Amino acid sequence: MIHLENVVKIYKVARRGTGTKETLRAFFRRDYTEIRALNGLSFDIQDGEIVGLLGPNGAGKSSCIKICTGILYPDSGTVECNGFIPYKDRMRYTREIGVVFGQRTQLFWDVPVGDSYELLKDIYDVPEQKFRENLQELTELLDLQKLLMTPARQLSLGQRMRCELAASLLHDPKILFLDEPTIGLDAVSKLAVRKFVRKINEEKKTTVILTTHDMQDVEALSERVMLIGKGRLILDGTLSDIRREGASLDESLVEFYRDMERDDQESGDAAE
Amino acid sequence: MKKYLSFFRLRLAMGLEYRVAALAGLTTQFFWGFMLIGAYRAFYESNPSAFPMTFQAMVSYIWLQQAFLAFFNTWRYDNDIFSLITDGGISYELARPVDLYRMWYAKNLAMRISEAALRFAPVLLLAVLLPQPFRLGKPASPAHLLLFLCTMTTGLLLMIAFVMILYGLCMRTVSPTGIRLFIPAIAEFLSGQIIPLPFFPEKMRKVLELLPFAGMQNVPLRIYGGDLSGDAMWMSIALQIFWLGVFLVLGKLLFRSTVRRAVVQGG
Repeated sequence: MIHLENVVKIYKVARRGTGTKETLRAFFRRDYTEIRALNGLSFDIQDGEIVGLLGPNGAGKSSCIKICTGILYPDSGTVECNGFIPYKDRMRYTREIGVVFGQRTQLFWDVPVGDSYELLKDIYDVPEQKFRENLQELTELLDLQKLLMTPARQLSLGQRMRCELAASLLHDPKILFLDEPTIGLDAVSKLAVRKFVRKINEEKKTTVILTTHDMQDVEALSERVMLIGKGRLILDGTLSDIRREGASLDESLVEFYRDMERDDQESGDAAE
Repeated sequence: MKKYLSFFRLRLAMGLEYRVAALAGLTTQFFWGFMLIGAYRAFYESNPSAFPMTFQAMVSYIWLQQAFLAFFNTWRYDNDIFSLITDGGISYELARPVDLYRMWYAKNLAMRISEAALRFAPVLLLAVLLPQPFRLGKPASPAHLLLFLCTMTTGLLLMIAFVMILYGLCMRTVSPTGIRLFIPAIAEFLSGQIIPLPFFPEKMRKVLELLPFAGMQNVPLRIYGGDLSGDAMWMSIALQIFWLGVFLVLGKLLFRSTVRRAVVQGG
């Protein structure tokens, strides 16, 4: 179970104008602006759910994932995942989760994928027997036989993503976080990734939380959709809550964001 | 502990792959050592009585320094770690049940050991075959040899504990370049890498010998040739261990407070 209540995360951003004069001035005096990446975010996710996190770039999706995985400390609010406070119990909590960041790699660049897996086995203290079973199962599901002996640097993006997914599941995590798992993938790989995530969720009851900009990912995977904008939860429901008559999902979403901006402005005007 | 050990093994295996780099490195080290000895010889011949070490101890100092440069080099950092810091790859490290400090410590230890493993033997072999006065001499005594090996190990651990503090500081700044250029240069000078510490003026030397940097290479290298022995030697060993403890604790604390306020760059 994942429980977030009123979570706030603030980043300080140094800002300055362009040009020599401004640069020199900024050297002596820096202006910081506070960016509220998360501004009172609250939600609950039950075991076994697949939840899609949607939102425009900079909405706070990644910050949300990073707080849920124990990477970042929130500035205020309550976070509880499976009975742990992620950022405090990081060492124990991270044993129970698997993470894939689509834009980065967790495999060791210079060594065959299989060696990276062996290391993960020791990092997560997976018993030998269990490791063999899981590896075999994942190898079949993701068609990895040929890839295990290949150094990670020589994999194509699609192959690498399959290897990343396997890497994040070797230790039977209870929760799987996928941050843009289909970014840059071709149609075949996207379908393979979706099918696989679905299967893992059904068979192992793994809770899956994924962020994506690909509406088809969400359509294929998650019944539940959470829309995040400006660090808050705007909508918690299903795709049909977003979909508008006669428009594609992407168009509907754009409409939705536009309405959100307008509401924001109006409430701002009203306050003045 | 097992996970850090298997990480160490993996990194060691990776390091041993770079054979051409090792060949290039040991060639450089050999000629560099040869040149240094030549230069010191010129000083020695002009006035042997002004020379603060025996010439033989100095030759040993230089050959061992060149052979084990991978242990003593204050400029040797793991570029992977810097890219983890600057491009945000650190996310993955933190999303796993590993202690960042121990993991990176193991990584750096493995890196330096694999580099030294490929380089030290050929340099030492050539150095004992050279004609006098360039030849690497025997250790002052078997006990000195043993203590040399022990203090070199402690020195290596101290060096990595020092490097870890730099990684910790780099995590707090957006660009690690400043720290990477400035501090290693000072450490290099203070550790006796450029000029062995006995060549410094008396007062300065006394201060330098108390600093942590002396333990990184000055202590083991001088013990081998017998330039450091007796009470002064035991005192240096105690200091070396003391500084190792201090640096380990400092690094750990720094990492703990840094991870707490970490900002992952770039999305």
